[in-house]
Amino acid sequence: MFIPHTEFERQEMLKVIGKDSLESLFSDIPEKYRFPKLDLPPALSEMEALQELTELADANNSCDELICFLGAGAYNHYVPAAVDMLLRCGDFFTAYTPYQPEISQGTLQAIFEFQSLIANLTGMEVSNASHYDGATACAEACISAYHHFRGKRTKILISPALHPHYSDTIHTYLGAIDKIEIADKSENIQIDSPQFLVEQVNENTALVIIQYPDFLGRIMDFTNLGKAVHDAGALLAVAVNPIALGLLKPPSEFGADFVVGEGQPLGIPMSFGGPYLGFFATRNELIRKISGRIVGETIDGKGNRGYVLTLTAREQHIRREKATSNICTNQALMALAATIYMSLLGKSGLRKVAELCYQKAHYAAEQIAKIPGYKVNKDWVFFNEFVVEYPADPKIINDFLLHEGVLGGLDLGDYYPEEKNKVLFAVTEKITRGDIDILTNLLQEVGND
Amino acid sequence: MKTPENLKYGKTDEWVKMDGNIATIGISDYAQDQLSDIVYVEFNKDVDEAVKKDEVLSTIESVKAAGDVISPVSGKVLEVNEGLSDKPELLNDDPYEKGWVCKVEISIPAEYDALMSAKEYESYCAGRH
Amino acid sequence: MTEPTVYELSSPGRIGIRFPETDVPQQKLPEKFLRNELPLPELSELDVVRHFTHLSQLNYSIDQGFYPLGSCTMKYNPRINEITARLPGFLNTHPLQPLETIQGNLAVMYLLQEWLKEITGFHSVSLQPAAGAHGELVGGLIMRAFHKSRKDNKRTKILVPDSAHGTNPATSSMAGFEPVNLPSDKRGNIDLDQLKSLCDETIAGLMLTNPNTLGLFEENVLEVINIVHNVGGLVYGDGANLNALLGITKPGDLGFDILHINLHKTFSTPHGGGGPGSGPVAVTKCLASFLPDPLVGIMEEGTADLPPLYGFIKPEHSIGRVKAFHGHFGVIVRALTYVLMNGAEGLRDVAKYAVLNANYLMVILKKVYTLPYDRTCKHEFVLEGVWDELPDIHALDVAKRLMDYGIHPPTNYFPLIVKEALMIEPTETESKKTLDEFARVMLQIAKEAHENPELLHEAPHNTPVGRLDEVKAARDLVLCCWRPEND
Repeated sequence: MFIPHTEFERQEMLKVIGKDSLESLFSDIPEKYRFPKLDLPPALSEMEALQELTELADANNSCDELICFLGAGAYNHYVPAAVDMLLRCGDFFTAYTPYQPEISQGTLQAIFEFQSLIANLTGMEVSNASHYDGATACAEACISAYHHFRGKRTKILISPALHPHYSDTIHTYLGAIDKIEIADKSENIQIDSPQFLVEQVNENTALVIIQYPDFLGRIMDFTNLGKAVHDAGALLAVAVNPIALGLLKPPSEFGADFVVGEGQPLGIPMSFGGPYLGFFATRNELIRKISGRIVGETIDGKGNRGYVLTLTAREQHIRREKATSNICTNQALMALAATIYMSLLGKSGLRKVAELCYQKAHYAAEQIAKIPGYKVNKDWVFFNEFVVEYPADPKIINDFLLHEGVLGGLDLGDYYPEEKNKVLFAVTEKITRGDIDILTNLLQEVGND
Repeated sequence: MKTPENLKYGKTDEWVKMDGNIATIGISDYAQDQLSDIVYVEFNKDVDEAVKKDEVLSTIESVKAAGDVISPVSGKVLEVNEGLSDKPELLNDDPYEKGWVCKVEISIPAEYDALMSAKEYESYCAGRH
Repeated sequence: MTEPTVYELSSPGRIGIRFPETDVPQQKLPEKFLRNELPLPELSELDVVRHFTHLSQLNYSIDQGFYPLGSCTMKYNPRINEITARLPGFLNTHPLQPLETIQGNLAVMYLLQEWLKEITGFHSVSLQPAAGAHGELVGGLIMRAFHKSRKDNKRTKILVPDSAHGTNPATSSMAGFEPVNLPSDKRGNIDLDQLKSLCDETIAGLMLTNPNTLGLFEENVLEVINIVHNVGGLVYGDGANLNALLGITKPGDLGFDILHINLHKTFSTPHGGGGPGSGPVAVTKCLASFLPDPLVGIMEEGTADLPPLYGFIKPEHSIGRVKAFHGHFGVIVRALTYVLMNGAEGLRDVAKYAVLNANYLMVILKKVYTLPYDRTCKHEFVLEGVWDELPDIHALDVAKRLMDYGIHPPTNYFPLIVKEALMIEPTETESKKTLDEFARVMLQIAKEAHENPELLHEAPHNTPVGRLDEVKAARDLVLCCWRPEND
């Protein structure tokens, strides 16, 4: 159905080529392996395909039916109608990478605006056009730092409170560079990570990478760490939640050299984990050290303002084996979603969403802390994620919640053996007071057993 | 292609001017033409750093390409042309004078002797694609 | 004609969307951590919709016209994919939900894993990599892990053909190897003698694109793979050109050990202006344990009445994660929709007609453009965009002039082994009519090159902007919007 050729056209074309069949175009394929059987189900019509996929989708319990308190790097935020409607425009989603700028000004300007919004949100001077996700952006930050020091500094220091998927990804990426030493061992994810890290920074450190708010949702004061990192001549990378930056001081204020993170909260649906959006911002003097596409402003022959991919000599198609990264795509369509989201919400809207998340999360934490058997650490400053200590095995309690239509928090015991019975809750602007009351009632009920 | 007589040349398109035991190094007119508009110069060696023959002194970026300035000699880096950071176009406009890249105090004079003369370099370039 | 930026359109106090007031008691904000200023623009919803609509109108797209971009497979992006990917049951699931609540998602992933295995002839597939280059990195890391597991520390190099995509050598370096250049011969195949002389026990493997970037099927592919295997190396297939092989041959059958697949090329998922893509990696049985963690597997077999119970499996010697969560699920749904609607015969037709279209254009255009490798091509072919008698005309000029005729230029300046290369891949979704029009325009431009070269040099004339000053963009870096505070 997507192949338009008629019988007549096919024959005409074969005549022009001077062949008598389509099969004859493949005589250079080794005969033994030519035209194999493909064991696939018979082709479906559009209607049938839609039906089959709908059945699969219906086999899920989505966050339309369940009240979602899961976070940990993917969040159930509200996606404004205008974001998806604009993304459906064929001139955005069926366009190619803007290598021919004269006919790609739409994509290029949107990315330029994305870069600007991210730079301003993070308090940095410049940003690239995006990475695959927050985890790979962190890995690329480590690689950039290593190459920045030309291999003379070989230690990468990772905060124990960095998202475990992010540190896993860093390990995978850096595993191929034998010289690099990754320091991320700690007895306990809950230790005061800034001080712990300050003690480990030395003149062999290339990069220190932290998360803000961290994986447990905590907001920490990184001023001393920032100073210690720079005194040692190293670089500081901070992985952030962009919604939190609607409220909180940007990392530029405590000395971040790289600000990276996951842009999914900015108008991108959860979609079972992807496609998401990594962002990467930095200072002017480091822009040539980072990987990824970058869009710059310029003019054409008549003086009209226009946008082009620039600093391309860093990239794989020119540097080839000397490129610091092989990255070829950015997440253009997701960056567009984030750009539309940030433009729509603007200064006051993003602040409003951040405040709602903060308010509701703190109310939830407060209410849960009142339930006998449940503990919430009152000393921790947090944004919209917090840790609850359950009175019993989270599998049992969360199972009960699930049967009553609530998705409980993430069982931290699955990631950190020492965090037994501890659960990470996230609260977004979509959660109502009524939802929180349902949760606390259920927790009380199951806690009594 | 301009190829000043008083200089010697390397196969990777660097030129060297000797003054006592101080070598001034840059890229040839042929090289800057191949790269076309140069937009950025990065120095891979710091002042006072040692350099061995065939190590990368500097990386030059144009809009469409990137090239390494390979050191034709061994020794110690005395000076790098910081002016190229602000005005990388000097490499295109004046590759043999204002566009110099690096000054090295050489340790092995034989390396300089082994370089091509202007005529040899011209024939070499003529034979290339 | 310039569209203002969001900052230029901003007006202090404008609101784009309202959110409800808080329904919980006010909590005290952490004063010490609050930011003072949030420099985002202020626009109404209409401002935003109009602005981005204007931007979309400045773009060219597949929906508008032909994209003969070699190596990119710019086929039509079916609309139904956009519906299935957005089914709320898929869209609104969190990646860390309990397994029993996301069996539908796992079934989708499992099915695509299985079908990609079947189509490409491999034992196992990971859907985690986010893009082709990401899949390549996985391939490089698997090669490294494999040799390390056999305590084979001599293997430091990867052979990369001179026609290879730039990601191949970059990936080799990222995976800790030294890329070694492998020349092609006069027929556009790998030079077998050179291959034999370079193959020894220091070779970790070969990265091979087949059909290659000249659009030609490697005539000695079985022997090439054999030579590399004989010295203990692995053969990685760059699957960018898989569109020519669907149902025609399986790379796994030919002897490849690893293959990456580009869902956004071969499997019709949209390019989105530069992403998101998806780069699944397929491997043979002996490499399966090295795949990224996790894979989707069956925990309990299904019965006549019940579907199987799906879950996540960690490959025993996994190289680890290459990103957070599971992969580009939204792209995976689109690819699955495509395979469901094509079936085996449909996919085979994709390859047949992609190759028919390419050969048809090649035969017509070689009359007027130099075709350096005159063989039956597969889904793409490469011309020289230059004529000996016209030293001032370059491929770039031909490319820019095409835009005046409402056609996106072919891939330029790649592969490196053809001078002034124009790589043309029509794909199977273009009709004979479109191809005839393209051919007519290309012949017209060749004529203009000879008779009126200024038309090419000054092209494009009919686009929203003319040729842009890329030197200025790189020298006077402006990477962020102007804001009033900047002055």
